[in-house]
Amino acid sequence: MSDHKTMTLTLIVWRQKGPNDPGKFETYTAKGITEHHSFLEMLDVVNEDLIKEGKDPIAFDHDCREGICGMCSQVVNGVPHGGQERTTVCQLHMRTFKDGDTIYIEPWRARAFPVTRDLIVDRSGLDNIIQAGGYTSCHTGGVADGNALLIPKEIADYAMDAAECIGCGACVASCPNSSAMLFTGAKVAQLAALPQGKAEAAVRVCAMTDALKESGFGNCSNHYECEAACPKGISVKFIARLNREYQKALLK
Amino acid sequence: MILDGKCPTGPIEQTWDKHRFDLKLVNPANKRKYKVIVVGTGLAGGAAAASLGELGYNVEAFCYQDSPRRAHSIAAQGGINAAKNYPNDGDSVYRLFYDTIKGGDFRAREADVWRLAQVSNNIIDQCVAQGVPFARDYAGYLDNRSFGGAQVSRTFFARGQTGQQLLLGAYSALARQIKAGTVKMFPRTEMLDLIVVDGEAKGITVRDLVTGELRTHVADAVVLATGGYVNVFYLSTNAMGCSVTASWKAHRKGAFFANPCYTQIHPTCIPQAGEYQSKLTLMSESLRNDGRCWVPKKKEDLGKKPSEIAEEDRDYYLERKYPSFGNLAPRDIASRAAKEQCDDGRGVGPGGRGVYLDFSSSIKRLSEDTIRERYGNLFEMYERITADNAYKTPMRIYPAPHYSMGGLWVDYNCMSNIPGLFVLGEANFSVHGANRLGASALMQGLADGYFVIPYTIGGYLAQTKPGKVAADHPECKKSIEEVQAYNNKLLSINGKRTVTDFMRELGSLMWENCGMARTKESLEENIKKIPALREEFWQNVKVTGSGAELNQQLENAGRTADFFEFAELLCRDAHHRNESCGGHFRAEYQSEDGEAQRDDANYCYVGAWEFKGVDKEPELHKEPLKFENVHLAVRSYK
Amino acid sequence: MQITNSAVGRKLLMAITGQLMVLFVIVHMLGNSSIFLGANGINAYAKHLHDLPPLVWAFRFSMLAFILVHAWFGIQVSVENSAATPKKYSVQKHLRATLSSKSMIWTGVIIALFVIYHLLHFTVHAIPGVVTGVDAIGRFDVYTMVVNAFQSGLVPVIYIAAMIAVFLHLSHGVGSFFQTLGWNNANTLPKISNTSRGFSFVLLLGYIAIPVVILAGILK
Repeated sequence: MSDHKTMTLTLIVWRQKGPNDPGKFETYTAKGITEHHSFLEMLDVVNEDLIKEGKDPIAFDHDCREGICGMCSQVVNGVPHGGQERTTVCQLHMRTFKDGDTIYIEPWRARAFPVTRDLIVDRSGLDNIIQAGGYTSCHTGGVADGNALLIPKEIADYAMDAAECIGCGACVASCPNSSAMLFTGAKVAQLAALPQGKAEAAVRVCAMTDALKESGFGNCSNHYECEAACPKGISVKFIARLNREYQKALLK
Repeated sequence: MILDGKCPTGPIEQTWDKHRFDLKLVNPANKRKYKVIVVGTGLAGGAAAASLGELGYNVEAFCYQDSPRRAHSIAAQGGINAAKNYPNDGDSVYRLFYDTIKGGDFRAREADVWRLAQVSNNIIDQCVAQGVPFARDYAGYLDNRSFGGAQVSRTFFARGQTGQQLLLGAYSALARQIKAGTVKMFPRTEMLDLIVVDGEAKGITVRDLVTGELRTHVADAVVLATGGYVNVFYLSTNAMGCSVTASWKAHRKGAFFANPCYTQIHPTCIPQAGEYQSKLTLMSESLRNDGRCWVPKKKEDLGKKPSEIAEEDRDYYLERKYPSFGNLAPRDIASRAAKEQCDDGRGVGPGGRGVYLDFSSSIKRLSEDTIRERYGNLFEMYERITADNAYKTPMRIYPAPHYSMGGLWVDYNCMSNIPGLFVLGEANFSVHGANRLGASALMQGLADGYFVIPYTIGGYLAQTKPGKVAADHPECKKSIEEVQAYNNKLLSINGKRTVTDFMRELGSLMWENCGMARTKESLEENIKKIPALREEFWQNVKVTGSGAELNQQLENAGRTADFFEFAELLCRDAHHRNESCGGHFRAEYQSEDGEAQRDDANYCYVGAWEFKGVDKEPELHKEPLKFENVHLAVRSYK
Repeated sequence: MQITNSAVGRKLLMAITGQLMVLFVIVHMLGNSSIFLGANGINAYAKHLHDLPPLVWAFRFSMLAFILVHAWFGIQVSVENSAATPKKYSVQKHLRATLSSKSMIWTGVIIALFVIYHLLHFTVHAIPGVVTGVDAIGRFDVYTMVVNAFQSGLVPVIYIAAMIAVFLHLSHGVGSFFQTLGWNNANTLPKISNTSRGFSFVLLLGYIAIPVVILAGILK
């Protein structure tokens, strides 16, 4: 069923037993890869070989493999998710590589994302930011009818653009400062734009940006690297929105 | 044993309200004394944990992913149904109820489905309040579309990412409770056993997936919201981590497994490209609103490019067979029709396992921009995977396992036959019967989590003393020892074949012999082959590493071992059910024109299986289904 | 919430102080350009300025305050940012970040050092070799001082290099101001970024025109 043409690739992969292990690169060969393999399926092939040799397979995070759960997290040749526009690494296909290529695979690197093992990192810092205020404080039940507050299409679309974030952390991984401002900005902007979220907008923006700092993320200095790396194409205009919301909060 | 679903009686419109009143309440001051474990943080689990935490219960929530936001509910694209009747096109709670019963091929409980339809409207309001950015029109009103064969527009959606947005809504509610301290979250933690004390569910044993540590957590009630089991087919649209493990462990401890043979095969997925493939990707069913399914009429045309095949040489088989529903025929019907065309040797693409989904007439009628506006992200996704531009050439699609209607047996309170064990969402069997309608999975998950369990769990807890079982109970120690021994065994085999290799073989047996169509013979073949393959698995699997570290091989091995036991049960259920209904199609039971033929006289019941031991035949218990409001009828979409 | 401790608050303070200094940089360039009108032009301009001592000092103190705030938070966030990124990728590829955006702290340090040098040179006259005197009508002779300094040697090189640092710093900084204040949207953002670079380039030309013209012997 697969194509006749296959590729052989050299992989230079970060291996690290645990958070306290210094870690190092190991070199592997991926053989028999077709253009239809996804990047993770290519790694599956390598791992199957490693297991058969009795070696530890490369640990990497992945789950839905259709680009929506945000679990996969690999820096491929220096770019989170491999650099194909609006594509997570699980949806990156090997047709973007050619026979004989050497590929560097590294985990997300940031102080806030300590390596758990190999390419797996701990992203609980992102959960901390949401827990600080990435919600509306509505109760289960006892809410108004969905049409009670009208939300014009442009506003709903704007909120949806922001809400597309899958929380993968590529913005942090790509940021020279390891800042999570795009992640935070997207949530702040989504909820600030909607009437349901406006009531808590001021408290939210302060709490979430403080949590960002406390979780060990860096500060945003407007490199816009995050926007380029984001597999959902989240715009840095949402960081600008966060900045505006912060100023509004200062005036309150 | 004849099972009792404990459904309230009386006029169906009043059942839920009456039942809610009849349920005992837990004193608000006492709620924090009750500990509730919630396993799984998808729509059902996330919503349940958040709502129970908010009510004041002391909740512990678990998920195997690194964050509760990643549960596979996130992948649902199309939408969520509700009987709001905003478009004024004739919808009502009754119609949603009726459509769900009929869509499920009359194999679901009326009272459960009624409740689902009744609370569906609250779900939309709840999600809007959470900031879910549902699609809206220019005036600001919520937008609806028709979906999955419904003849009314009752589906609410957030672009092609409705599941994601609803899950993020539930996740945000959960995050709020975690912050408030009412919910303690345990990510990267997998449930590996259910602790049953004196016949009641009182805790779970888990493995910390990072450190490998085995722990027990005791509680006053356990809620499983651990999703479906179609990864038993290996290739499915489920996430890689989706498994039957939590449900299966509960089943081994006595929980009945109901209707495992009801599996849904989704008609519009991207066909398999090669042996190495790890999963299949679903393309939203909404595509069928504007796409037309066809295959070449003549086999000689198979080698040609689709554009070279003349209009009169194309067989628009759904439009031909189902003139009134056409391309919008329900999932089971559309899937089977695609399989028929391919079995007839007219499938397109590699291996002849594919049909075209063609947008050219819609593009002509509406313009490419309109199609892009509606499905742009899906077309992009299709191109990323296949490198084909679906604006220029038809998509190739093929059915793939997608959802499991069967699951652990529960009564009207969502409680299994083990008191204190509640099962929600896809993990239970309750509302979809033999086939689920599009956009109803999200509805059920959130209904169970937000609006059912908060009431029904109180009914159980009010009658039990908090903290009956302590963490040092002998059952806890025993459970840890058993799990430890099980893992050690998997690690010690050191055979020649990898876990994936076994899973692939099991999946292929299941897909070939127990997939879209099953026969007595094919199922008997599986009932013979699966135990043999399982035997080989336990002799020849190779799992590297240790149990005291992050070990994805060990995780997969455990899940695969459970699939092996479960697959046999699924085949036995399919084998015993001598009828075709919904997602369960037995080739022997079909009408002359190939439609599913139910046998209401003999099979109008829920088949719930009791575990008797790995190599022992399970025992079947029946819960008869009564239809007092919707009359049993042949389900026709012609 | 404390503005001086917040990830956004500090950025806001830096953006505002930075932008106020940019206003000074513009005015200063225009003022300097009076040198092209000859000795009479720039000496008159300098005299006018210095005839208003309270204003001069108020101005100097506020500039000092801006510099301190801007530098203090600049150093603080840079230290934090590099601590947040303890390990770099072995293959590092940037898609959007520019030399200018990545070197802000270093161009900032260079500018700070240059400001000190520049004040010592043309304000305090403490750098050896600076020519101080009065012109024919008794005004301080800025013209001769500047022309003399830039005619040869290392001094024009230092000034030109510093102006390149200013160019790099402002290329990113001016556009960043609009993002930090949120005065943009997805459409205007790239335009503002480009305008910011163009504007900084004009400033660069304006500033280095003086040493270049003097080096070329056009102004004597």
